[in-house]
Amino acid sequence: MISANMAALQVAVPLIGAPLCTLIGRGTRAWLFATLVTWFAFAMSIGLLVEVMQNGAFSYYMGNWPAPWGIEYRVDHLSAFVLLFITGIASVVMLFAYNSVENEIAADKHRLFYTAYLLTLAGLLGMAITGDAFNAFVFMEISSLSGYVLISLGRDRRALFASYQYLVLGTIGATFFVIGIGLLYMATGTLNLADLATRLPRLGENFVVFAGFVFLMVGLSLKVALFPLHLWLPNAYTYAPSMVSALLAASATKVGVYLFLRFLFDVFGIRFIIDTWPLAEIFMALAIIAAVMGSLVAITQINVKRLLAYSSIAQIGYIVLGISFVNLTGLTGAVVHLFNHALMKGVMFLAIGSVLMRVGGTRFVHIRGLGKRMPMTMAAFVIAGLSMIGVPGTVGFVSKWYLVLAAIERGLWPVAIIVMATSLMAVVYVWRVVEAAYFAEPEANHEIAEAPWPMVTATWILAIACILFGLTTDLTIGVAQSAAVMLLGGGQ
Amino acid sequence: MDVLGKYSYWVAIIVMMIGFYVVIDRGNLLKKLVGLNIFQTAVFMLYISSGKVAGGTAPILYDGDAPFSNPLPHVLILTAIVVGVATLALGLALVVRIKEAYGTVEEDEIQAIENREEDAA
Repeated sequence: MISANMAALQVAVPLIGAPLCTLIGRGTRAWLFATLVTWFAFAMSIGLLVEVMQNGAFSYYMGNWPAPWGIEYRVDHLSAFVLLFITGIASVVMLFAYNSVENEIAADKHRLFYTAYLLTLAGLLGMAITGDAFNAFVFMEISSLSGYVLISLGRDRRALFASYQYLVLGTIGATFFVIGIGLLYMATGTLNLADLATRLPRLGENFVVFAGFVFLMVGLSLKVALFPLHLWLPNAYTYAPSMVSALLAASATKVGVYLFLRFLFDVFGIRFIIDTWPLAEIFMALAIIAAVMGSLVAITQINVKRLLAYSSIAQIGYIVLGISFVNLTGLTGAVVHLFNHALMKGVMFLAIGSVLMRVGGTRFVHIRGLGKRMPMTMAAFVIAGLSMIGVPGTVGFVSKWYLVLAAIERGLWPVAIIVMATSLMAVVYVWRVVEAAYFAEPEANHEIAEAPWPMVTATWILAIACILFGLTTDLTIGVAQSAAVMLLGGGQ
Repeated sequence: MDVLGKYSYWVAIIVMMIGFYVVIDRGNLLKKLVGLNIFQTAVFMLYISSGKVAGGTAPILYDGDAPFSNPLPHVLILTAIVVGVATLALGLALVVRIKEAYGTVEEDEIQAIENREEDAA
């Protein structure tokens, strides 16, 4: 029974788990329950990916209402891959969360915190699995609203204002998204993504469809934090609780990119992208600006968490850059970088979360000399940093390799050079952290201990994954390539 | 082009732009939320007016044949209204907490306080 309903359970279990988590009790029990739910979701996503790899894409019809009337859950290589890494990262982050949340959140709020976390997870998974445009909007709002709550629980009062700004911009983005869906519905009379994809080409050049497309893209760009719509991101990631920064950086923007891919390639189709506008060129220009500007601004930061946030903006630039090549190599690079970036940013945010717990701050002055005091944590940070730079043997190298290759395939040498130049900028900002941690003397004399073992373990699981998936790329590249083939073939 | 015949869309667009303008222009956090709500309401109008069929009745069962309005946009907007209410409630709760933490709900004053803290640190 479970195997037939895996697609539904994937979303339903966290969604039902959220209110149960409030009822089930305080402190440890809430954490334990949320962790079990997350691990269950992880198991479901593994099952879904195995199923897809063996038997190909399949659909699940909610309440047995056939598509396009009912809500369809569509599981293919791309969505199974996204589900897998979101639940995977969330499972590891939950291990980290126990001590971290204990330290950062007031005890009476723990169960509400984990409730909001489960809602965020359910929303993100729903966005990744649904085959219905309006359903995607509802899940987007579930994950966003609970995400605002999570961010606002940061210790610093600036977390409140960051959350408010994110709420305003996020709502505008989601509303643009829903206007886009409305316009598409007016033109076609359907909300099912697959049905939209078959009906849209029949309309030919249609102004309503075109307006809908623009609204969708602007709304999603806001959610993804693509330059110049990234303004909400730095403060939100900087002031959120450590566990939330890691979770959102690894998953929230990635699911946005997933919807981006879905609409661009599956619904509108590759011909629409190439024929209607210099669309690929526009995205390429924005992506390059994001990569360069994000890396440059990251170099100048004095707060490591904010540095990581700007680096995230640059990495979103890489992902969109891969998409804008509109070829197999570029798309493979973009899809695999979704996963790779989630891994390495996960490690970095977790490591800096451990620093926050032990030292009490995340500025460069706080990490001085920590290489000796917290060797395990900082070593994991360095591995992720090397990956961020793109050193061979790490996941960062794999995605950069594909991006550069795609640029060269298209004959865009300057773009390939820019990608390498931004890697050099990554060297600079990673080096600043390394220098402070290993070559500066600690200011205070008091002893700072290594983080508790669950936090170190969680950080290292992701750090080892950074190396593992950098050395054996069969699984990640294999799935990403199948997804890219599907995206490129679907719209023709 | 039939401009007047599509007046319902024009109304939605005008209301939408009023709401959007308030969100961007006002520095008061509460007024921003009001603008956001107006912006969302305009989208509800856009959806619902698209479901109207000229001369259509309510889509309920009764004897005989008659055109009826498309109920699906109404149902969708019912969901969107709930989302809007949740957003507004959360936004207001945040504003209350911001007022407690900063003692003001004016964006420029909050930013001034943050800049001062940033310089002090």
